Amino acid sequence: MSLLEIKNAAKSFGGIVALNSCSLSIEKGKITGLIGPNGSGKTTLFNVITGYEKVDAGEILYDGKNITNSSPDKVFAMGIGRTFQLTRIFPRLTVIENMHVAAQRQGLRGLMGQWNAPQEQQRALELLDYVGITHLKDTPAANLSYGQKKLLEFAFILIADPQVILLDEPAGGVNPTMINLLASRIRGLNARGVTFLVVEHNMEFVMSLCDKVTVMHRGAKIAEGTPKDVRQNPAVLEAYLGD
Amino acid sequence: MQHLRKVSPLVWLFAGIAFPFVISDPTYTTIAIFALLFAAAASAWNIFSGYTGYIALGHAAYFGIGGYALAIICQHWQIPGGYTPFYLVPLCGLLAAIASVPLGAIALRTRRHTFVVITIATFFILQLLSYNLRSLTNGSSGIDFPLILQWAPGFYNLPFYYVALLLTVLALGVSWFVRHSKFGLGLLAIRDDEDRALGLGVRTGSSKLIAFVISAFFVGMVGAVYSYFLGSVQPSFTFDALFDVAIALMVFMGGIGTLTGPILGSLVLESSQQYAALNFTQGSGGLYLIMYGSLFLVVILLLPQGIVPSAKALWARYQATHTASVLPDPSGSGGANPVARSAPGDGMGLATPREEAKA
Repeated sequence: MSLLEIKNAAKSFGGIVALNSCSLSIEKGKITGLIGPNGSGKTTLFNVITGYEKVDAGEILYDGKNITNSSPDKVFAMGIGRTFQLTRIFPRLTVIENMHVAAQRQGLRGLMGQWNAPQEQQRALELLDYVGITHLKDTPAANLSYGQKKLLEFAFILIADPQVILLDEPAGGVNPTMINLLASRIRGLNARGVTFLVVEHNMEFVMSLCDKVTVMHRGAKIAEGTPKDVRQNPAVLEAYLGD
Repeated sequence: MQHLRKVSPLVWLFAGIAFPFVISDPTYTTIAIFALLFAAAASAWNIFSGYTGYIALGHAAYFGIGGYALAIICQHWQIPGGYTPFYLVPLCGLLAAIASVPLGAIALRTRRHTFVVITIATFFILQLLSYNLRSLTNGSSGIDFPLILQWAPGFYNLPFYYVALLLTVLALGVSWFVRHSKFGLGLLAIRDDEDRALGLGVRTGSSKLIAFVISAFFVGMVGAVYSYFLGSVQPSFTFDALFDVAIALMVFMGGIGTLTGPILGSLVLESSQQYAALNFTQGSGGLYLIMYGSLFLVVILLLPQGIVPSAKALWARYQATHTASVLPDPSGSGGANPVARSAPGDGMGLATPREEAKA
């Protein structure tokens, strides 16, 4: 069953076509890899799903509901969390403060309450522990290493209990130990039912982690299947190596 | 240290309350009133600009609205001079806050430089209105407040002083509350990356506007008390173009986005400016401005982040290099000093820390 469905999404920036009638569906409870050459529209696809960009045409359905061109806060509140290729954390806030920004609260009373309410604090600490950066909790996020920032960004979206997580190059520029940690956390969450869509250039990471791989080229899907099938698909080889 | 943190606000409050009894010379209590009023305004401005990072340079508009509101109300209802106008101060703040809702909402559609320019523009629009809505504002001649004849010269400053102190304490209290709330964390997240904050469910639009309105409310109240103290309102100095520059300088000097920085900055800057203006204005009269400017340059050069953050960093560095040489506390309640705490008992209390210092 597909949890997230993109139907004929189109998006251009001036004369550059980023998404060209792109359709794909993300199956519930699976880890889907999204690969393709640079400029094939992967990040744009993430942006239109999460509301950071609006599509020119087409539809995006989440759990049967139309979420086309919803604002980023609504998309996040519905249970779609994402990370960015160039990590976007809050550099002048401490690590633990970063965690609390994403904790969802309703109403004026919630907003007037203390920022680190005990229950949320406990959850935030658990998640920091989950990604192994608890010892840095009072450090300004700007002082973290590149890999630690990626782990922090991954941890703070988890505080809102998203059902779908979109990861934009989670392993890029991160050392192998952290990549392994991240992979095991993704598997762990996936075992609990969280659906993943992962953009990644590290083929080893994609092939070992993903149940299914979708390949994009020039703003559209050109292939999908198991990691093994996709690797042998001539269209994919041509997209990466050809013309 | 932990103990000190809890007690020190009370000590400062007590010092604030006792000040006019210790130094009763009206020259100095007058300086203190101005300094406290600026402290309240700077602290309130910091709730918006310091926390969100949006530099507003049009809060003089709300200062002016507060001042004019009180003058017009007193004139219209023929309120006698004395305590009554003080009770109307919150109402004046409220009127400034109400005016700030549409003006803030318009300005907040923009960011960064555009936002700054638009806030300046809203100030000039209101100043122009105060010149030209003659039936309401009496044009360029302004409005006089009722005289306070029943207060003896030695007593006159006291009520103003305590109202100013109250406003400062309230503004600081609200700053503290906001800083420790979920709402305040959202404001700080906006300062660092607004779009990312929105993407994580922070209600960026309404949060910014609420912070803007809170700061306008306090600045409006300050404007009312300030104008009442001066005894009149006039377009040129009740809507003062330099007000925001002064506030911004004070907050930057003390430490933008910090709790105590704006208070410290305004107390230091406003009182030294007033003092210099009183004592060094003979002859050409520009000397105090030169002093003011050099003081600011010194701060920019030596403490670019402002006094409070720079002092904290210096203190942390001092502690890091000197903790090891502190003697262990014989009572065993050494507090926040881990080296001192580990030392007693082994009989090496003096030697161990020195070794640690070398390492």
